[in-house]
Amino acid sequence: MLSLHFKRALLDIRHNRLLNAVTITTIALSILIVSAAILFFINTTDMLEAWRRGIRIMVYLEDDLDPGRQQAIAARLKGLYGVQEARFISKQTALEHLRAQMPRQSAILEGIGQNPLPDAYEVQMIPSARTWEKAEDLAQRLEAIDGVADVEYGQRWVERFITLFNLFRLTSYAMGGLFFIASLFIVGNTVRLILYTRREEVEIMRLVGATERFILAPFYFQSMIQGILGGIAGLAALLIMFMLIQSKIQAVAVGGTVALRFLSPGLMMAIVAASALVGWLGCHLSLKQYLKA
Amino acid sequence: MIEPSAKAAIIRLFHVYRHYHAQNALDDLTLDIYRNEFLFITGPSGAGKTTLLKLLYRGETASEGQVLVDGINISRMARNRIHLLRRKFGIVFQDYKLIPTRTVYENVALVLEAAGRNARYVRKKTHSVLRTVGMENRMNALPPALSGGEQQRVAVARAVVGDPTIILADEPTGSLDAKSASLIMGLLKTFHTRGATVVVATHDRELIRSIPARIIYLNQGQITVAPTI
Ligand SMILES: Nc1ncnc2c1ncn2[C@@H]1O[C@H](COP(=O)(O)OP(=O)(O)OP(=O)(O)O)[C@@H](O)[C@H]1O
Ligand SMILES: [Mg+2]
Repeated sequence: MLSLHFKRALLDIRHNRLLNAVTITTIALSILIVSAAILFFINTTDMLEAWRRGIRIMVYLEDDLDPGRQQAIAARLKGLYGVQEARFISKQTALEHLRAQMPRQSAILEGIGQNPLPDAYEVQMIPSARTWEKAEDLAQRLEAIDGVADVEYGQRWVERFITLFNLFRLTSYAMGGLFFIASLFIVGNTVRLILYTRREEVEIMRLVGATERFILAPFYFQSMIQGILGGIAGLAALLIMFMLIQSKIQAVAVGGTVALRFLSPGLMMAIVAASALVGWLGCHLSLKQYLKA
Repeated sequence: MIEPSAKAAIIRLFHVYRHYHAQNALDDLTLDIYRNEFLFITGPSGAGKTTLLKLLYRGETASEGQVLVDGINISRMARNRIHLLRRKFGIVFQDYKLIPTRTVYENVALVLEAAGRNARYVRKKTHSVLRTVGMENRMNALPPALSGGEQQRVAVARAVVGDPTIILADEPTGSLDAKSASLIMGLLKTFHTRGATVVVATHDRELIRSIPARIIYLNQGQITVAPTI
């Protein structure tokens, strides 16, 4: 019985190729946009998490401190709660780092008579304190130490990023909702159109004793197939785009730390299932309306 | 009307009216159709023959009066039970009502599929019925590609494939030559012998004479005394 309806649905899809292609494309676009947003969230969350775990605070010292004060600062620094380790980076080491990082600009650096960089401590936090709030708190305490010129941990930048991230999240929820409704509408419309062209056939089926269920089942199958195909097409498009972007990034950041990941198989399955559900729902709403009329 | 065997009536109509706007297609019709009867309904065009048949399977509803099928008052039947009523009937429609986009085979098999019969039975039974009406070699044709007579034979095949209790045939030989017509009538007769109730609406006098049966003469929606047939 089920295979009968399924076959019927496939025949219907073949018979109304263009209409079905349009519907499937719309669903695919919706799925592409929604799953692109999901993919973005997953990777940015990963990135934020990596930053959080690797959070370091740079403590820059005032110029030309005598060794005694410097040692006192080191002792205060290491005594603060939340500090796991503090590594001294002298201005010479910093300059050498800079030279190594920018070999082409080394000529410019040679031109500088005096080393303009400050001495610094790189503070590593204990794992339980590696959150943005605790970093902020620690930074304030570090800043209060006499002889500390400046404290930096890229907090501003991260905060701004998180705000942007939340804004983007809201927008994509709204977009997702919009596309969800659009998909429902277009699936329902396809069903209505096909029903309209088939009204004679539907009437004949009723006359020979078919139940409403028997008559309508192929429509549900058809819409769910549309949902599944649309879902798969959308994900396939996303995968292609993902691979293009990834190869670009890989080319820029040679041996870099950027490791993007794609949606997990489970999540992809869930997305396709959700897409099938959208098909079912669009069909159901449309048929309910049709049967009432 | 005298009712010697009211208990044997499978269909009963009590003072049935069917109005279309100001016109009465059926006008105070009271009629019993008996179990395993072979009945002709005849009369001029527009007399109400098709309308009468439609009332029996709820293709139309009576404007007034009661229609009982198998003891059930179908005027009050819920919408979701109508398919059960329709499965009691095998209907040859005056305009055939074949699905133009489905093959001959699919049109006939549809009845059995809708009734939930298993695939093997559907295949076997459909083939056998199509063979009986002589359409098995046109099985994969679409109805629009068939002649009127061929379409009518397919319509008959579809009407009988589900082994219905009651067969309604509206001008079942209208587009057939004499040979095909007698084939169809022979088929209806066979199903009658096997226990079906058969109601044939026609104004073909030849046809009526070909089988001994009760004849109802309809004129302007009323049963009247038949003029000499
Ligand atoms: N849907 C309808 N709307 C309006 N009038 C209708 C409708 N159906 C039937 N009629 C009218 O009811 C009357 C009876 O029609 P019906 O089709 O029952 O006649 P009939 O005896 O089957 O005729 P024929 O021998 O030509 O098939 C006719 O006058 C017809 O015009
Ligand atoms: Mg008629």
